[in-house]
Amino acid sequence: MGNMPLEPRIKYQEELDLGFGRSVVAHPGAEDLYRCIQCGTCSSTCPLVTYMEHTPRRIIAMTRAGLKNDVLKSNTIWLCSSCYSCTVACPKQIKITDVMYTLKREAIRSGVHADMPIPVLAGEFIKSVARTGRSNEMRIITATWLKTKPFELFKQAWMGLRLWLKGRLSFGLHRMSGDRRQIRKLLVAAGEQNLGPRGG
Amino acid sequence: MHYLYYPGCSLKATGRPYEESLLAVMRELGVDVEELADWSCCGATTYMGVDENQAFALAARNLALAERNCSDGCANLMAPCNACYLVLNKAKHYVAEYPEVRERVTGALKSIDLNYRGDVAVRHPLDIITNDIGLEAVGKHVKRPLTGLKVACYYGCQIVRPYSTFDNQYNPTSMDELLRALGAEVVEWPLKTRCCGGALTGTVPNTGQRLSYFLLKEARRAGASLVATCCPLCQHNLECYQDEIEHDFAEHGQPAVAYFTQLMGLAMGLRPAELGLQRMLTPVQRVALQATGSES
Repeated sequence: MGNMPLEPRIKYQEELDLGFGRSVVAHPGAEDLYRCIQCGTCSSTCPLVTYMEHTPRRIIAMTRAGLKNDVLKSNTIWLCSSCYSCTVACPKQIKITDVMYTLKREAIRSGVHADMPIPVLAGEFIKSVARTGRSNEMRIITATWLKTKPFELFKQAWMGLRLWLKGRLSFGLHRMSGDRRQIRKLLVAAGEQNLGPRGG
Repeated sequence: MHYLYYPGCSLKATGRPYEESLLAVMRELGVDVEELADWSCCGATTYMGVDENQAFALAARNLALAERNCSDGCANLMAPCNACYLVLNKAKHYVAEYPEVRERVTGALKSIDLNYRGDVAVRHPLDIITNDIGLEAVGKHVKRPLTGLKVACYYGCQIVRPYSTFDNQYNPTSMDELLRALGAEVVEWPLKTRCCGGALTGTVPNTGQRLSYFLLKEARRAGASLVATCCPLCQHNLECYQDEIEHDFAEHGQPAVAYFTQLMGLAMGLRPAELGLQRMLTPVQRVALQATGSES
């Protein structure tokens, strides 16, 4: 009996990062994470929960438990469409949408995000803004698909053509009217994110 | 009353008919609207997922421009896109409530010679029209009431959550009352603020478009021949993926989809071209005319 090997029954045990929850709570908007009572109201109000690897309630529990990799790699944080249903319904007033934003940023910063087009789109979005001061919907989505699933472009091209014919689309750059260098200067002064090449 | 107008990127592109109809209606109502000079992107729902301080600074730059534009008292900044409306309001809240955000944003704005005091009211045109102008004044401009037109009012998420200032977070009614004042029949349906899929319709089409399908299906079941929107992304999702939705979900007879400002313009007797109706992908004008029995 004494030499029977014991195997871990919870596969994550050695992967835990016990400081993860505390590091998330340090971000503005995520400060109330430890007030969560795991009631599941967030999951029940979420319009995208059926597609998520982990429900929002579980993401909170996993974050506090230190399952950093599984949280940051999950599709849950990227499927959050920022509808704020959970945020207004939470009985403990936790800003769950903003917690998801914090996790999105951590996933991008640590380079472990899920293999989905959404984080790629986020990168294209800020490049567009830093370059032109505006977000050009059609250029952003085109660049995203070229980098992820080029075939998808063909499927969406028809709608793009119809909108273009109606005068609702432009591949030309929408730019702000004033000095665009201001925007880059402002962004560099405000945060850390690399803004991509200048020009445009 | 003087309103500064923050169009946001969409109203200059896919949301062009929203800008056209909004400005035409405001002109007709005699409201003074001036586009905010030198405005830039607000950061939308996306920027916050990359860098929060850059996102807040980007939004706050527009607030600071609005303040500079309005030296006497509090500026009223009209933001017709639900996402812009939310993001600008959120920046206001975070700058006011979190000292570390305030410090970062103030410092960044200072580097481009701007200052933000916190004196801007960010307003959605639905709020301005129903509360500042008022339904009685709107009613006086109605020349061709939308009698017989059955409309489902779709508000979307970000106009009421989480910083709702003018309507109920769960069951908003301002657009319902406005459309009734225009003569339309407003159908009851429970999905007024349910997510349309947001940007997911473009990035995860199977999932995102399913959310739009759900809304269109329930609007039709409630008896609506038209869905009214107040956000360029909601409008885009409900209007532009109808072919895919018909194909993927065998959903036939989907309602037409129009901006609430286009319906106002029609009721006020404005010309369809002034309201951008020729730019729509669903037969808004035909549905409206058939229902009201007017000749085109």
